[in-house]
Amino acid sequence: MEQYVPILVYALVAISFPIITLLLARIFRAGSPDPVKAEAYECGVQAETKAFDTRFSIRYYLIAVLFVVFDVETIFLFPWAVSFQRLALFGFIEMMIFLAILLVGYVYAWRRGALEWA
Amino acid sequence: MPEAVLNLLLIPLIKIVVLLGVVLLIVAYLTYAERKILAYMQVRLGPNRVGPKGWLQPIADGLKLFVKEDLIPGGAERFVFLLAPGLIMVPALLMFAVIPFGEPFKVGGRTITPYLADVNIAILLLLGISSIGVFGIILGGWSSNSKFSLMGGLRSAAQMISYEIPMGFAVVSVLMMAGTLSLVGIVEAQRQAHIWFVLPGILAFGIYWICGVAETNRNPFDLPEAEAELVAGFHTEYSGMKFALFFLAEYANMMVISALATVMFFGGWLPPFPNLLAGLWASPVLAWIPGVVWFAAKMGFFLFCYIWFRGTFPRYRFDQLMAVGWKWLLPLSLANVMLVGVLMLWWKG
Repeated sequence: MEQYVPILVYALVAISFPIITLLLARIFRAGSPDPVKAEAYECGVQAETKAFDTRFSIRYYLIAVLFVVFDVETIFLFPWAVSFQRLALFGFIEMMIFLAILLVGYVYAWRRGALEWA
Repeated sequence: MPEAVLNLLLIPLIKIVVLLGVVLLIVAYLTYAERKILAYMQVRLGPNRVGPKGWLQPIADGLKLFVKEDLIPGGAERFVFLLAPGLIMVPALLMFAVIPFGEPFKVGGRTITPYLADVNIAILLLLGISSIGVFGIILGGWSSNSKFSLMGGLRSAAQMISYEIPMGFAVVSVLMMAGTLSLVGIVEAQRQAHIWFVLPGILAFGIYWICGVAETNRNPFDLPEAEAELVAGFHTEYSGMKFALFFLAEYANMMVISALATVMFFGGWLPPFPNLLAGLWASPVLAWIPGVVWFAAKMGFFLFCYIWFRGTFPRYRFDQLMAVGWKWLLPLSLANVMLVGVLMLWWKG
């Protein structure tokens, strides 16, 4: 565990970096607040709604769900890849079966049009 | 002074100061290099007013951003708005902790390693930390209360998670060849194999590099900040030092992607062609070149590629971007894992 101590120290330094720069900038920066300046960027037109009301495509959500499936798959692959040279043929075939099952899901998602962006 | 304090605290602290200084200096001058190289590619001169040949331009830019007024839009979620730049900057800096910049060397009988830590889960740590950056982007875009920011943040999040998967698969094929997650171990494996992993893993490298460019939201994948349609994407509403943090993080991420490409595929600090020119590099004239120089040269080349891409390629459309990620790179990277597996089994008999 000893080699993680420098990382922990470095993490504290990295976390304090944006805090310190933002605090320093707070002292030195110019400031003349104005209600017009605080408006959202909108080409000079008064915004009718808040941006939080904007509807966005459901496909972003679909992509996120697909991501979870495949990201978990990569995580399963990592330990297998590290010990691949010891597992040899048996481990390889096992992993190919696992990948084939996921591939079925991938083909299904593709056929159902989850990957289309239209 | 007790030995433990020296080893555990003092030396790491010196390394941290040097590392942070070097990283921030390179990031600052990377912006200068980008403007200068782009300018020459477009037959312009680029910045040349501040200092000789514009050398002081990054410092002037930094000072300007430092004293700029910091605007927060009226309807913004103030706390999240403040949190987002930190959430993207901290992981970008943190990733440098495990990157090995050269081989260990001796100073006064003490072995110094030019990296902060060599942990046996380095790759996993890097992928984990880099995923946190997505939160910074999507929270920054969402909290600004601007349509452009919201769209930019959503696009960016979708893009980053889509390209993370093929990138993971490309990394898996490197791990199969190296048999370890440690970055120092990966370089050592390339030394023992007398070959850079880019040769057996040319396909993996191509996938990794494309995904790396997409992960950092750079051309031709800079959809999140497509200035022609989204102004500046997720950081439209950011100004002053907060904007500077987004900016620094982008360039720091570019450095990490380049450094990882160097370590995983191009032999890290090893000299070029370790299989063919081993005798040449062992000769007394060339053997003194420290590994850090080779590392910097390779990383510099990849950083140049980033800028080169920006000067060359037009931007993708969003549906094209998603199609490339999900319909081309994902099956290709999966096939690559199988291919590497079959080849390795065949090779070992």
